Amino acid sequence: MVRKIKLQAKNREFTRKISELSGEVAMLCEQCGTCAGSCPMLAEMDITPSQMMRLVQLGQEAVLENKTFWVCASCYTCTVRCPRGIDPAKIAEALRQVKLRQAIDYIRIDEIEPEEAKKLPAIALVAAFRKMTG
Amino acid sequence: MLPQVVMIQIPYYPGCTLKNKASNFETSALAAARALGLELVELPRWNCCGAVFSLSSDDLMRHIAPTNIFLRVQEMNRDHLVEDEYRLVTFCAMCFNVLRRTNQRLRESLEDRNKINDFSYLETETYQGRVEIVHLLELLRSMGWDKIQERVQKPLTGLKVAPYYGCMLLRPKDVGIDDPERPTILEELLRSLGAEPVDFPLKLRCCGSYQTVPNKDLVADLAYDILSRAQKAGAEAITTSCPLCAFNLDFRQKEIQQKYPMFLPIPVFYFSQLMAIAFGLPQEVFGLAGHYANPKTLLATKGYLQATSPLEGG
Repeated sequence: MVRKIKLQAKNREFTRKISELSGEVAMLCEQCGTCAGSCPMLAEMDITPSQMMRLVQLGQEAVLENKTFWVCASCYTCTVRCPRGIDPAKIAEALRQVKLRQAIDYIRIDEIEPEEAKKLPAIALVAAFRKMTG
Repeated sequence: MLPQVVMIQIPYYPGCTLKNKASNFETSALAAARALGLELVELPRWNCCGAVFSLSSDDLMRHIAPTNIFLRVQEMNRDHLVEDEYRLVTFCAMCFNVLRRTNQRLRESLEDRNKINDFSYLETETYQGRVEIVHLLELLRSMGWDKIQERVQKPLTGLKVAPYYGCMLLRPKDVGIDDPERPTILEELLRSLGAEPVDFPLKLRCCGSYQTVPNKDLVADLAYDILSRAQKAGAEAITTSCPLCAFNLDFRQKEIQQKYPMFLPIPVFYFSQLMAIAFGLPQEVFGLAGHYANPKTLLATKGYLQATSPLEGG
């Protein structure tokens, strides 16, 4: 699908913000798709990690409504394989942070079934709450 | 005759899960380390490391918890609980990753380190960057695999084990303990213990990690892929160093069995449990009680457990 977009100041601002928060230069991405091809969570995502990178390059704030960066498990497979040396896991973290810093959490403690909460090790709960709540 | 060992004392950070849900992993790891002359001295007080390394560039607050852990190591040296020993040993792959990455950031950025030190009002020490984070597997490798082999009393001959690395031991590259794409450290350990490492294509594939909290079905699918590929390659058991991988691969077998009725359970061992067994340590340190997929049948069949004594441990 071809979509024509005209970049405006607000788009450049969004790209700058994500780059600053992640410490990564999103513009370096050349859309080779290695991250998407390596991602173990791909089947669960609505856009691929490389599409996520492209939307960030183009400053499309709508990327924040995708679930891809929430499904990311920070496994760093893309991190070690990106031929441009970008760390897409950090871009995903930056996108999560934009939401979390607006007090928009992705998971709720009271939605975990009590039986499941008893079973889960602390390491899973601490990690999930650090990644998905603000 | 067992080789004579000289005990060395090294500070040790257990982390939350090895003290709680997976205390059987800790019991076996401390006993196995002791058998090799490593007296791992638990930090006198410690806090959670945070489980995941914060990836955002600003928010230094999220690195304070691991920094406090480094300060405890300095204090242990100050108080002579250890003598000039700035290595800090962990077994948990997630703690290891968080601690090493935080340490790396604080060593590389004096500005970040100073800022954290400036605001740590309740601490008596400032962090100097001297602590060295070491995973037990790295320590074993530096001792030499022949030393491990010498300690083996009951070689795990004929036990086919798939080494599962997961993510946090290997990635990112400058944090990992081995080649991020072609690691061998777990295979080396298994071979030293007399077991047969089983190569399988998903040994580096993420198990889903903390996604097990909001989406256990997804993690069950990922774990099913990993376990069934290991079984297809001939594995009778899996081994890992991450307590979260161990939970996902072991306890999610319940969901796997519901989804895939043909699936046969496979035991998941913490690497140190296999060490304790091969070293011929007392059965109570194996910690076999805290598992979902029963490991005892396999071990008894192979003759590693004495049928006469109680099989429960840990």
